[in-house]
Amino acid sequence: MSEQQQILIALCRMMVRIRAFEDAAEAASQGGVAVYGQAASGTAKVRGPLHLSTGQEAVAAGVCAHLTPQDYLTSTHRGHGHTLAKGADMTRMMCELFGKSHGFNGGRGGSMHIADFSVGMLGANGVVGAGMPIAVGAAHAQKLQGRPDITACFFGDGAINRGPFLESLNWAQVYGLPVLFVCEDNQWSATTATHGMSAGLGAAARARSMDIGAVEVDGNDVLAVYDAAKDLISAVRQCQGPKLLHARTYRVKGHVSVDKAAYRDPAEVQNALTRDPIAKARALYLSTDGAQQAVLDQIDAQARSEIDAALAFADACEPPHPDDAFTHIQTVGAGQWH
Amino acid sequence: MALMSYAQAAVAALEDSMTADDRIVVLGEDVGRGGIFAQYAGLAQTFGGDRIIDTPISEAAIMGAGVGMALAGLRPVIELRVTDFALCAMDEIVNQAAKNRYMFGGQGTVPVVVRMPMGIWDASAAQHSQSLESWFVHLPGLVVLAPSTPQDNYSLLKAALACEDPVIFLEHKTLWATTGEVDPNQHTDIGQAEVVRQGKDLTLVTWSRQRHICLQAAELLNPLSIDVEVIDLRSLWPWDKQTVLDSCRKTGRLLVAHEAVQVGGFGAEIVSTIVEQLPCQARRLGAPRIPVGYASELEALARVSAQQIVSCAQQMLTQQPNRALAP
Repeated sequence: MSEQQQILIALCRMMVRIRAFEDAAEAASQGGVAVYGQAASGTAKVRGPLHLSTGQEAVAAGVCAHLTPQDYLTSTHRGHGHTLAKGADMTRMMCELFGKSHGFNGGRGGSMHIADFSVGMLGANGVVGAGMPIAVGAAHAQKLQGRPDITACFFGDGAINRGPFLESLNWAQVYGLPVLFVCEDNQWSATTATHGMSAGLGAAARARSMDIGAVEVDGNDVLAVYDAAKDLISAVRQCQGPKLLHARTYRVKGHVSVDKAAYRDPAEVQNALTRDPIAKARALYLSTDGAQQAVLDQIDAQARSEIDAALAFADACEPPHPDDAFTHIQTVGAGQWH
Repeated sequence: MALMSYAQAAVAALEDSMTADDRIVVLGEDVGRGGIFAQYAGLAQTFGGDRIIDTPISEAAIMGAGVGMALAGLRPVIELRVTDFALCAMDEIVNQAAKNRYMFGGQGTVPVVVRMPMGIWDASAAQHSQSLESWFVHLPGLVVLAPSTPQDNYSLLKAALACEDPVIFLEHKTLWATTGEVDPNQHTDIGQAEVVRQGKDLTLVTWSRQRHICLQAAELLNPLSIDVEVIDLRSLWPWDKQTVLDSCRKTGRLLVAHEAVQVGGFGAEIVSTIVEQLPCQARRLGAPRIPVGYASELEALARVSAQQIVSCAQQMLTQQPNRALAP
């Protein structure tokens, strides 16, 4: 197998795992949240707002392929893909979505706060753009401590209109920090199209205005993301200061999993589906010399069995103990809840 | 023991703690030149720019970066200049620093000390004069401290720097030049009130600059044969319920006086807590719910004066204490 084939297979494997997780979470979440005037059924296994990265898998896979467990990552409210790609265990992630005790946060956080600090994944975040200052702080610490590691900071296209975007890019550049900003541009800010809400040419242009090197890439082309991230991360590791990757992708699903997104032009969605990153990567692999369909089939089968096992474990897992509501809050004053 | 100002005491606490623990860094505007209240004076010369870190005017990034640094193993002191400006970093304080540990199931902790001087800064008007301690006390995950003397500023800042929780550290904007003896060996636990003056007729609970006004009131009440016990809480969360309860059992009367607006103020919480547990006459006295004005005539109306405390205490003393009803 050629080196390119090996890379493609690894990227395919990660994307298929993310897709399997998102599809399973989506199915388990129907009726799980009272939103858009709908009532919650109360029977869903994944409750509350669930933000899916279906169709955006190439960004997580292509960037995180270059990260080590010692590198940090901060994510968004749409963070399952980043978490898996950073190396988190799928079963513990699904337990967290199910609100079970074996979840990474013991059921305290759910989808919007999915995290695995043990692999450097410092958390999804329920607030748009809020991971950005945390990322630059983590990178600042890495620099002060003389560590060789870097921080990857994922954010969405909606975040570039929040103050923390400007403050964080400026901060990272002023101190020359080892951080890669990744704008995962899915073109939608909740139920509002981003293009009508953002002045100028977007994340990369804003980064360049601060002399931060920025690259724009087709976020549905996993090899393109991989190659662009490789160069940028290499520069960041060589202490060349922060860089920004603007990956244009598309949010195939609604803002949350129960959002049918009827406000969108169906043709726009259909067009995006023809550019599905997994289908593209598979086709690219199959076009190479010596490619075998069986390799792709095995990836699919392994992902299916992994997600089936995760779902079964999460389903059977114990819920948190009521005492868990009162632990991991604070050290001083613990026990004084009134 | 050494005579120090409230600002010098803070510098001494930082210097001692930073010498002992190289994970402590300071970040904020102007800290390299000692800070606008001289509360970091000389530290940049001692510890250098990698530990006394000058920052842009970016409150959200200062606070958020502090959270990220803490998650990565440092122990940042986050300088937000004044409480009023901390409002530009509220998401980072409320949704990030305070929630991180619980939300992520204890995977990380956020040991940061967030300095944001509180209170009326003379002639600085509505956006530089607020006392918002009750906002922070309301938030699970935070520790809230409000020292009023050089000794407490030294001892509590050291305690805050050793704390694993995010600490909101509320020095008072006008106490920096006040002086007092500071014993560097005096350790004060977070959550421990100080009984500043013993008395038998009325328990007067307070904190921050208002402590000094309460002591004036107590001296004015003394010749009127009203013997006031003054308690400086110092630590607002956790707060020393036991000391207040013990005092109220003795006096049967509780008055809480604070600089913050009375409506929704922390005084209401203290009064409620005590009367739920003890038969006790109880009142709170805070500022009217008006913004702080610039002109001295207007500013004075937003303060709780010693005379107001005296009047309130006199009214309370016209009634029998409730302690006789105690079982």
